Amino acid sequence: MAETVRPVPRTTDRTADRSGRQLPGFLRRPVFWLAVALTLAYFVVPEKGLATQILVFGLYATSFNLLLGYAGLLSFGHATYFGLGAYGTGLVMKWWNPHVLVAMTAGVVLASVAAVIIGWFCLRRRQVYFSMLTLAFTQMVFFVFQQSRDITGGDDGLRNIPIADFDVPFFGSIPLEGLRHPENRYFFVLIVVVLSLILIQRIVDSPFGRVLQSIRESEERAKALGYPTDRILLLAFVFSGAFAGLAGALWALLAGFVGLETLSWLWAGDAVLMTIVGGAGSFVGPFIGAAVFQSLREYVSRHEALLFGMGWQFYTGVIFMACVLFFPDGIWGTLKQKLRRRAGSRPRVQTTATVEDAQRAAPTVSGGGDGGEG
Amino acid sequence: MNETLILTQILTGIVGGLVFALLALGLNLIFGFMGVVNFAHGSFYMVGAYVGLVVVGRLGAGFWPALVIVPIVVGLLGAVVERTLIRPLYTRKEYEPLLLTFGLAFVLIEIVKFFFGKFGLAFNAPAGLNDALISGTFFFPKYQVFLALAAVAIIAALWLVLEKTDIGLIIRAGTQDSIMIRALGIDFDRTRALVFAIGIGLAGLAGVLHAPTRELSADMGLLMTIFAFVTVVVGGMGSYWGAVVGGLLIGIVYSLVSLFAQQFAQVAVFALMALILLVRPRGLLGTA
Repeated sequence: MAETVRPVPRTTDRTADRSGRQLPGFLRRPVFWLAVALTLAYFVVPEKGLATQILVFGLYATSFNLLLGYAGLLSFGHATYFGLGAYGTGLVMKWWNPHVLVAMTAGVVLASVAAVIIGWFCLRRRQVYFSMLTLAFTQMVFFVFQQSRDITGGDDGLRNIPIADFDVPFFGSIPLEGLRHPENRYFFVLIVVVLSLILIQRIVDSPFGRVLQSIRESEERAKALGYPTDRILLLAFVFSGAFAGLAGALWALLAGFVGLETLSWLWAGDAVLMTIVGGAGSFVGPFIGAAVFQSLREYVSRHEALLFGMGWQFYTGVIFMACVLFFPDGIWGTLKQKLRRRAGSRPRVQTTATVEDAQRAAPTVSGGGDGGEG
Repeated sequence: MNETLILTQILTGIVGGLVFALLALGLNLIFGFMGVVNFAHGSFYMVGAYVGLVVVGRLGAGFWPALVIVPIVVGLLGAVVERTLIRPLYTRKEYEPLLLTFGLAFVLIEIVKFFFGKFGLAFNAPAGLNDALISGTFFFPKYQVFLALAAVAIIAALWLVLEKTDIGLIIRAGTQDSIMIRALGIDFDRTRALVFAIGIGLAGLAGVLHAPTRELSADMGLLMTIFAFVTVVVGGMGSYWGAVVGGLLIGIVYSLVSLFAQQFAQVAVFALMALILLVRPRGLLGTA
C-alpha cells in the first residue's frame, strides 16, 4: 500500500513562471543565486572570519529550516547534531589526523546516528511536545559530554585539534589552518555549503520532499493517503541532523577547538532565532538570519558600553520577538511579499498560497487542546 | 552509605520535586486552557525570586509579606505579557506563542542581569527557619520542611479552586472546549489573561519560596523550565496529579542518583523521561 509512489500535488509550481521570459532551469533556482551572493559576500564583508562564520551558521540554520520550514517540526535541540558533528570531526582529527574529508564524514555520521536514535524518541510525540523532547535530549547529551571529561575535555572543550591541509589528488594541498589564508577557508567552506544547498534543494524538490510538505500541511491527510508519516519525518529529522553535523564539522575545522557550548540548548536556540528572523521555508532566509545575528553579536559584544551594558542576547531577543509578532515570515519572506506586491499580481502569487495562509486569513476559534498526538 | 543519609536525600528530593510540581502545574494550566507552551516559565520563576529579593532586602517588607506580594506582582506582569505579546498570536501557528516566550525568556534574563549583575546573590531564610532539625546523625534544614508544607498547601488550594469555585469550573470547561464556554457568554479574553496570570504568579511564588535554598542568578530559571517540561512529559500533559507525581518522582530520582553519582543526576532524569516515553508515551497519569 505505502510502497507505491503516487504523484503528489506540487505546492509551488515553478513552471507557472512561463508568463514571463524563459530562463534556463538552474537560473530559476534560488540556490544558484544564493551561491552567487555568497561568493560575492566574501568581497563585501570586511571581516573574512565573520563572513566564514556566517556561511557555517547559514548552513546550520538551513538544516534546521529543513525541519521547521518543510516538515513543520520545531526542534529546540539542533545543537546536539551541530555539536556532535564538531566533536566527531575534532576527535577523529586528534586521534588519527586523517584526510579532512574523512574526519568530516565521521562527524556527520556521528550526528546522523544520534539523530536516528533521538529522532525516534522525539517523534513519538508531535507539535510542542516534540519541541520539548528535543530540548530535553539536548540537555542530556550536553551533560554526558560535560561529564566524559577524559574524552571530550568537559567544560574546557576539545582543544588543539590539528588541522591538516586539504589534499586534492593531482593538484596539491590547500592549507586551511591559521589566519594566513582566509580566502582558502572561506572558499573551502563555501564549496561545502553550496554542495549541501544543492543536495537540500534536491531533497526538498524530490517526491520525498513533497510528501514532507504535505505532512506539514496536514499529517492526517498524508497518513490517509497511505504515507508512513512516522518514517518520513524520521528520515527528514536525520537529513536535518546530518547537515547540522556538517556545519559542526566545518566549525571544528575553522576554530581548531570545539567548545561545550556547541551542544547547549542556547546554541540550539540560535538556529531557531536565525531561521525565524531570516525567514523559514526558504533558502535565502536562514542565511540572512545568520548574517544579521553574527554581525549583531560581533557588534554588540564589541560596543557593549555604548549599548547601556545590555548583553547581545537582549537585542537578539527583542528582534526575535518583534519578528514573531510583526513579521512572522521573517526578513526574507516579508521582503519577497513586498516585491511581489509591487510587481503586480502575477499568477505566481496565487500558486504559493498555502493552507497556512488560508488559516491566517480566517482565524480559527480553537484556543487549545487540538490534541497532542496526531 | 547509611540509612539516614538516604532518608535525607529522599526528603530533599521530595522538596525539590514539589517545586518542579508547582512549575509544572502552571505550565499545564496555561497550556491546557490557552494552548500556549510557556518557554519563559522558568524565567518568571527567576523574576519571582528577584522580586522577592527586592521586597525583602531593599524594601524591608520581610519574608512573609513577600509571599503575598511576589505572586501578585509577577502575576500582573504575566497578565500584561498575555495582553500585549501573546494575544496577537492566538490565531497563528500553534508553535508561535512558544517562539515568542522563548525570546521573552532571554529578554527577562538580560533585564535582570542588567539590574542585579551577573553574579549570584544569596537570599536568606526568614528568622526561625534558618536552622536545622537534628536528631543523631539526621540533619534536615527547617526551611526545607516549611517549603514542602507550603508547596503542598498551594497544590491543595489550587486544586480546591479548580474543583470547587465558579472560576475553576470555567477554567476546567474552557480546557475541554473553549468554543462552548464562549457560546455560553463567558468573557474568554479576560479569562485567558486570568489563567495566564495565575500560572505565572504560581511560578513567581515558587521562585521566592525556593530562593532561600539556592543561589540566585539571572539564568537560574533555564534549567527549571526544562525540568518543568520533563515533569509534564513524565506525569502526563494536562493531568493535575500527574504533574505532582511526576515532580516528586523526578525530584527523588535526581536526589538519590546524585548521592551515588553526582555527575549523572541530570542524565538520570532525562533517561527516566526517555523510558517513560518508550513504555507510556502519554505520561504516567496522562489520558490522551
